[in-house]
Amino acid sequence: MLGLEKKDMRFLLIVLLLTLAAPILLNPFAENSAMAQFNAGYPDLMQRIAIFSIFAVGFNILFGLTGYLSFGHAAFLGVGSYAAMWMFKLLSMNILPAIGLSVVIAGVFALLIGYISLRRSGIYFSILTLAFAQMSFNMAYSVLTPLTNGETGLQLALDDPRVLDAANTSGSLPDTSLFGLAMNSTLKVEFLGRLFQFNVGYYVCGMISVVMFYIALRIFRSPFGMMLRAVKSNQHRMSYTGLNARPYTLAAFVISGMYAGLAGGLMAAMDPLAGAERMQWTASGEVVLMTILGGAGTMLGPVLGAGFIKYFENIFSKINDNVLHSWFAFLPHWIQDPLVWLFARFTGEGWHLTLGLLFMLVVIFLPGGLVEGGQRIGRLFRRKQGAGGDGPAHPPKPAPHVAE
Amino acid sequence: MDAIILQTLNGLDKGSAYALIALGLTLIFGTLGVVNFAHGALFMIGAFCAVTMQRFLNLSYTLLDPTKKDFLGNPLKVQTPYVEHWFGHDTGAAIINWSVPLSILLAIPVMLILGFVMERGLIKHFYKRPHADQILVTFGLAIVLQEIVKQVFGANPIPTPAPVEFSGSLDIGALIGFPANAIVYPYWRLIYFLFSLGVIGAVFSFLRFTTFGMVVRAGMADRETVGLLGINIDRRFTLMFGIAAAVAGMAGAMYVPINSPNYHMGMDFLVISFVVVVVGGMGSLPGAVAAGFLLGVLEAYASLNEVKSIIPGIDQIIIYVIAIIVLLTRPRGLMGRRGVMED
Repeated sequence: MLGLEKKDMRFLLIVLLLTLAAPILLNPFAENSAMAQFNAGYPDLMQRIAIFSIFAVGFNILFGLTGYLSFGHAAFLGVGSYAAMWMFKLLSMNILPAIGLSVVIAGVFALLIGYISLRRSGIYFSILTLAFAQMSFNMAYSVLTPLTNGETGLQLALDDPRVLDAANTSGSLPDTSLFGLAMNSTLKVEFLGRLFQFNVGYYVCGMISVVMFYIALRIFRSPFGMMLRAVKSNQHRMSYTGLNARPYTLAAFVISGMYAGLAGGLMAAMDPLAGAERMQWTASGEVVLMTILGGAGTMLGPVLGAGFIKYFENIFSKINDNVLHSWFAFLPHWIQDPLVWLFARFTGEGWHLTLGLLFMLVVIFLPGGLVEGGQRIGRLFRRKQGAGGDGPAHPPKPAPHVAE
Repeated sequence: MDAIILQTLNGLDKGSAYALIALGLTLIFGTLGVVNFAHGALFMIGAFCAVTMQRFLNLSYTLLDPTKKDFLGNPLKVQTPYVEHWFGHDTGAAIINWSVPLSILLAIPVMLILGFVMERGLIKHFYKRPHADQILVTFGLAIVLQEIVKQVFGANPIPTPAPVEFSGSLDIGALIGFPANAIVYPYWRLIYFLFSLGVIGAVFSFLRFTTFGMVVRAGMADRETVGLLGINIDRRFTLMFGIAAAVAGMAGAMYVPINSPNYHMGMDFLVISFVVVVVGGMGSLPGAVAAGFLLGVLEAYASLNEVKSIIPGIDQIIIYVIAIIVLLTRPRGLMGRRGVMED
């Protein structure tokens, strides 16, 4: 079905179901309970996870398949955001034209940058993309201020033309919407003391990310994807057989740039604001972190990485000294205080330290990321099962073929 | 004309920092073949060595002076730094005043040790792995170092002044026949420039005129043959990593009076230093130094108002534009050698 094998189809369906049920699944703890802070089922976080999944899945098409490590992908994200904001300001608050334009503009931008950067490979390619992204960032801050509104960032204003929309008489800024369905409208359901929030914006992001995931899956399974893998494994041999690798890598670069532009456009659609800091190289670094942490070159890896980083960023930044003190309250003071001090280094403001350490550990010991970690654990279980003879009480789930 | 000379001078001190970092990057790349994304963090740690030194020298004990009263009527608290107590008032004050130059004494051993630990503990295991992995692990290390410094010293820039003797400016214009105050250049920037020339000269003569340096150069050219001759080249390369770290650290320590250090200064410099290395030619030491000064000066020229009125915003992007042009027209860089990092 849909041009996928049975296994892939099952995998895609699981992803779709998980996406649909996320507002429920991510809210396992009752409101008012001590564990409520670990809930992730609120719209803002889920939107971010979906958007960054798109970004990372797109980045993975370039890095995972061709091995070209781009350190400048945030530039496309930023360009997409700006493009979407201009559509909101000039045309309409409907998100479709905005997202469409952001993808197109990011694609054109990626074509330009890719055409130049892909003349070199390896470390040179990384530095070239880094240079381009830093250049765009600096330009967005200085020369292009009429387009980007410099440091303040591009925002909606009451007197924007918005030619397609009815005149705004309410005196407040209009909301982004999909044919009248506002992105920030939420259906709240209370059930067993849990508050489930079904947010329109999240479902838009989620559905788009499933579609993008499907497209990426098709690319991974296509002859084109095979060609990209060939570039990664040995580019010289490929050119000896008479194939020019550059059109393929350029296509991969543009596609991943368009993914990033889409993510940027969605970001602006969820929160109508675009600033230059989205293009900074730390933002490019973040998507690299997500992809590597999850597992580069796998289908599931980037999504896992994006979800993992965004979730723990959210959780960790909430854990402050007071929370820690309440956790260790059962200990005597002379143990409690040093423990709290130690943990406080890694939580709250220290989240980036934890992330950096985690990232180093993953690169050193687990180059395949979380996906490889999961497979290793799975294999460990299976070996035990083989040794045990009759099979254990809890048969392990077979590792999905697609997450290789 | 005077504006051009002034901008040349302004470019030279920034160029010195670029050149020193790029020199270290190239030393590491040329010897170990590793792309060190954590080199900017080493520069930053060097800068914070200066901050630490200043704080350390300013450690004081408090005495109550019963003969004087503060405005609340309580006995006045007199803070006396320990250094003043130990060495007498004048010598102590002079030591505190000279804390930034003195911090070099702290920066060199700290950075050497940090360099050794980094190389032996981490980088060593990445020689056989792809360049992408090396970039990623050093990138992670850079984040970790940066966050540790942020937790210890806070997120705000910490002003760390130069000795008062150098706080003024030198009227260079008057010395070479321009009207007074046409070209005014702060003393410390001049010192920084001369200092960087000294460090660069020291590194080059170390490589040129010592047996150790000769072996290292031989190892850079052909590592295997040097190993076959019975020389433990790994140990020498480890030392070179330490030296490269120390160069970055010294560059950082001396830079603090020019720009107050903050925890992300290293990253800001790193991106440009990479561009410098690429423009100079990967693996070429003279190329890195030349490109560092060249880009620093060009950046300063581009911030001239006359230039900016022709191409607005050029001062922000000139370095990247040059890098792109160089990479496309002369992919090997200005002074790059054949066969280094050519796919």
